[in-house]
Amino acid sequence: MTRNDPTGRPVTAAPDTSGPAHAGAGGGVGHDSVPAIELRGISKAFGPVQANRDISLKVMPGTIHGIIGENGAGKSTLMSILYGFYKADAGEILIRGKRVEIPDSQAAIAAGIGMVFQHFKLVQNFTVLENVILGVESGRLLKPSKAKARGLLKQLAEEYELHVDPDTLIEELNVGHQQRVEILKALYREADILILDEPTGVLTPPEADHLFRILEGLRREGKTIILITHKLREIMEITDTVSVMRRGEMTATLPTADTSPEELAELMVGRKVLLRVDKHPARPGPVVLSVEGLRVTDDKGVERLRGIDLDIRAGEILGIAGVAGNGQSELLRVLGGIAKGRGRVTMNGTPLPLEGAGADGRSRRAAGIAHVPEDRQHEGLIMDFSAWENAAFGYHDDPRFGSGTLMDNRAIQDDTRAKIERFDIRPADPMLSARNFSGGNQQKIVLAREIERNPDLLLIGQPTRGVDIGAIEFIHQQIVRLRDAGKAILLVSVELDEIMGLSDRIAVMFDGRIMGFRDPRITDEKELGLLMAGIADPAPATGGEG
Amino acid sequence: MDRMPKWADVLLIPLISLTLAALLSALVILAIGEDPLAAVTMMVKGSLGSTYGWGYTLYYATNFMFTGLAVAVAFHARLFNIGGEGQAVLGGLGVAIVALSVPWPHWSLALAAALVAAALFGAGWALIPAYLQARRGSHVVITTIMFNFIAASLLNYILVNIMRPTGQMEPATAKFPKATHLPTLHDLLAPLGIPFSKAAPVNITLLIAVAACILVWVLLWRTRAGYEIRAYGHSEPGALYAGISPFRITMLAMLLSGGLAGMMAVNNVMGEAERLVLNAVEGAGFIGIAVALMGRSHPFGVFLAAILFGFLYQGGAELALWTNIPRELIVVIQALVILFTGALDNMVRMPLERLFRRRAGGGARGGAGGAGSSGSGGAESTAPKPHTRTTPIPGAPADEPAAGPTAADSPAASDPATPDGRRHPPV
Repeated sequence: MTRNDPTGRPVTAAPDTSGPAHAGAGGGVGHDSVPAIELRGISKAFGPVQANRDISLKVMPGTIHGIIGENGAGKSTLMSILYGFYKADAGEILIRGKRVEIPDSQAAIAAGIGMVFQHFKLVQNFTVLENVILGVESGRLLKPSKAKARGLLKQLAEEYELHVDPDTLIEELNVGHQQRVEILKALYREADILILDEPTGVLTPPEADHLFRILEGLRREGKTIILITHKLREIMEITDTVSVMRRGEMTATLPTADTSPEELAELMVGRKVLLRVDKHPARPGPVVLSVEGLRVTDDKGVERLRGIDLDIRAGEILGIAGVAGNGQSELLRVLGGIAKGRGRVTMNGTPLPLEGAGADGRSRRAAGIAHVPEDRQHEGLIMDFSAWENAAFGYHDDPRFGSGTLMDNRAIQDDTRAKIERFDIRPADPMLSARNFSGGNQQKIVLAREIERNPDLLLIGQPTRGVDIGAIEFIHQQIVRLRDAGKAILLVSVELDEIMGLSDRIAVMFDGRIMGFRDPRITDEKELGLLMAGIADPAPATGGEG
Repeated sequence: MDRMPKWADVLLIPLISLTLAALLSALVILAIGEDPLAAVTMMVKGSLGSTYGWGYTLYYATNFMFTGLAVAVAFHARLFNIGGEGQAVLGGLGVAIVALSVPWPHWSLALAAALVAAALFGAGWALIPAYLQARRGSHVVITTIMFNFIAASLLNYILVNIMRPTGQMEPATAKFPKATHLPTLHDLLAPLGIPFSKAAPVNITLLIAVAACILVWVLLWRTRAGYEIRAYGHSEPGALYAGISPFRITMLAMLLSGGLAGMMAVNNVMGEAERLVLNAVEGAGFIGIAVALMGRSHPFGVFLAAILFGFLYQGGAELALWTNIPRELIVVIQALVILFTGALDNMVRMPLERLFRRRAGGGARGGAGGAGSSGSGGAESTAPKPHTRTTPIPGAPADEPAAGPTAADSPAASDPATPDGRRHPPV
C-alpha cells in the first residue's frame, strides 16, 4: 500500500514489521489470539425498531476492522452500545477475553476504548493541549498535567504522524487536524481500541490518505481499530476484515482480501447493485446557463463566492467537486434564488436578477430552473407536510393545482399518486407525512417533483446524501435520463465517486473559486484531490468551455 | 407510520390533560376548605343548566373563538401574537366609531360595517409589530405585548378626552343608537319557537364566530395563502427555497390575526355593552392563547376549546357569586388547564405514544430519516408549536417532543459532510 502525499513524498504504509494488509483476522504479530473485542448476541430495540439483532463479532488485536452498512443499518447503534451510550437489551461484551459492563463512556474509556465521532467533541476556544487533558487532568493544578501531556503528545506525534501544534486553538485548526486531536485524545486516555465513525466524511482526499497512514501506524503498534463507513473504497483500501450490517443484523464478516466491492454492496442491500453509472457520452447542445463573475457575500460579510465563471450546456452534467464549505452550497443557493449575489447570470440568454425583485425561487422556477437542494429535510421538504403537499411545494401556484386562491387538493393528490408510481416511492401513500419516509424515498419525492417539471436546468445538491445504495442507483439513472433528454444539469456533491461517475465535466471549487475544469475520463482522484485542497495545478486549465 | 392514531392525538390527549387539570383543581378547592363536588355541580348548573347560563357561556365562547383563531392563524406561521388584547381594544374603538358616527337604518348594515371596522382597526394595531418583525426581526412577542399597553392607554385617553359625552363621569362612550343593537340569540330563536333567555348577552356574533372558524379552516387548508403560511411556519428555509416571501407571509399572518382579534369587539362592544367602556376586552385576548393551544391551532379545536373556556368563565362567575370560593380561583383552574394542555402536553403525550407504539408491535420500519417527531399524517398536520424563531417564550410548550432514538443509525450519519466554512490549506 504505497501512497503519495501531496508533497509527492512516497510513503510506505507498513515497513516489514507486520507485513502489509493483514490477511484475515488475527494477523497481528506478537499478539495472542484472544480477540480485542468480542460481542456476543447483542440486541437493541427502540420501540418497535430493532436496531441491532443478535449481533456477534470478534475483532482481533492489531487489526483494522471495517463495519459497513446503509444508513439505518444499525452501525452507529452498535458502536454506541460499545461506548456506553446505550445499554443493550441482550448480549455481552468481552474486552480481551474478559466480560465487561459498559454503562457509560467513562467505563468504555477505562476499558481502553476510544471513540472519534463524526462530529468532533472539542472545545473550540481551548488549545489542543487543553482539549487533550480535559477531564483527565492529573491534579488540581493544570501545569503539571500540561507538562506531562506535552511530552506525551510529542511522542505520539512522532510515532503516528499525528503532528498538531499543542498550543493552537481548536478553532484555528482545519478539520483534518481537529480529527487528529480527537485521535490524540483517545490515545492520551490510553485507548487501544479505537472506533472511528465515518471519519472521512469531512476530509479532502489527501487528508483522508493521511488519516489512513495514521491508522496503519496505529495498527502496527498493535492497536485495534474499528472503522465505520459507508464508503466501499475505504473498506477495500485499509481494513483487514469487514462486517456488513443490514437492517440491524450482521449479514457477513469477511477477510477484506477475499471480497470485492460488488459483493459488499450486494450484502449491504440484499440484491445486486450497479456501482458504476451507466451512461453514454454526452452530446452537449447550446449553452443553457452562463455565469460570469458571480460573487456571494454571506450574512457575516464573508465572501463565499469570489468570482465564478462557468457555462452549462444542454445535455450535459457539470459536476462541482470540492470539500464541503468551499462555496458549492452558495452557488446552488444563488442560482436557485435563495441567496443574493452579484455578477451576471443568463439563462437561455435572458439575464437572471440576482438580488431584489425576481431573485427568488418562484421566479427561478418560472425561468425553467428546477432545484433539488442539498438540505432535503429543511429546504426541499416540509417534514410535517404530507407527501402530496410536498409534491406541489414550490409549484403550488401552478394553475393545474387549482384556479385563483383555492387549491385543488384532489388534483395534487392524484398527481402525487402518479409520481409515487413512476418513481417507485414507498410506502405508496400520498397522505403520509414526509418524515415517515426513508431518506431515499424522501429524496425521490423531491426528485419526482423537480424532474417532472421538465426544467431546462436542474440544480442538484448532494443527490444521494443519506440515501441507501439501492435508491442511489435509481437516482443516478434519473439524472442521466434527464441529461439525455437534452437538459442541463449542475451537480454538487461531496462524494467524489459520484462526481466522477455522473459528470460529463468536472469543476473543482476551493475557497469560493473554481480551481479548474477537468474531463472525468482523463482526470483521476489524485489530481482532483489536489485541486480540492487548493493547490493550483501546473497544467493549463481547460477553461469554461468543455 | 404515525406514532398514534389521530383520534388519540386530537381527543384522548386533551381529555386526559383536562382530567388531570380538573383533579388538581379539586385538590386546590379542597385545600381552601370547600367541597369540590359541590363546586363542580354549581359550575355546571350555572353555565350549562339553563338557557341563561348557556347564553353567557356562549357569549364568552364567542369572544374566545375570535381571539383563539387570531392566535391560531399566527401560530401556523410560527408567530406568537400575544397582542390579541390590544388588537381587540382597537377593534372596539373601530366599532364605536362606526356605530356612533353614522345614523344606521338597520342593524344588519351596522353589523357589516362594524365587522369591517373592527377587523381593520385590529389588523392596523398588528401592522406595526408585523412590519417590525418582518423587516427588522423585532420579536412580535415583545412588540405585541408592548402594544397591548399602548392600546390600553390610548383607549383611556380617547374615552376620557374625546369620546366621553359631556357631563358623563364615566370614561365610556355614549350608548350606541338603538338601530345598531344586535339581535340576541333570544331574538333569533324566538321565530323558531325555541325559548331562550332574554337576559343573556349571546347574540348573532356567535354565528359570525362559527363562520369565522370555518373560513379560517378553508384559508389554512384550501387556499394557496394558507399553504404558504403553514409551509413558512414549518420551515423558513423551506419557504425561501420554494420562493415564498417571509415578509409577505409574516405580514399576512399577523394582519389576519389582528383582524380576527379585532372582530371580537363586535361581540362585546356592540352585542353586549352597546357602548365602549374601559377594559371591555377583560383578558379575552390572553385567553385566546390558551384556547389556541388547547385547540391545537385547528379552527375546530379552537371552537371546542372556546366553548370549554366559556364554560369555565361562566361557571367561575357563578362560583364567585354563590360560594366563598373567590373568583380568582377560576383563574387558577384556567391556569391549570393551560398548564396541562399546553406546557405539559408532552407529559401525557409521550407515555401515550409509547403505549400505542408497544401496542402497534414491531411493524414499524427503522427509519433513516433522522430525528423524528410527532408527524401527524393526513391532510391537516397541526401547526408548528408556538415556539418562535429567536427567543424561547416562557410558558410556550417546548418545541417538538424530544425525538426518541427512532433512527437506528445516528441521524448524523445521513449528513456526512458538515459545511464548516473553514479553508483547508494543503496538508
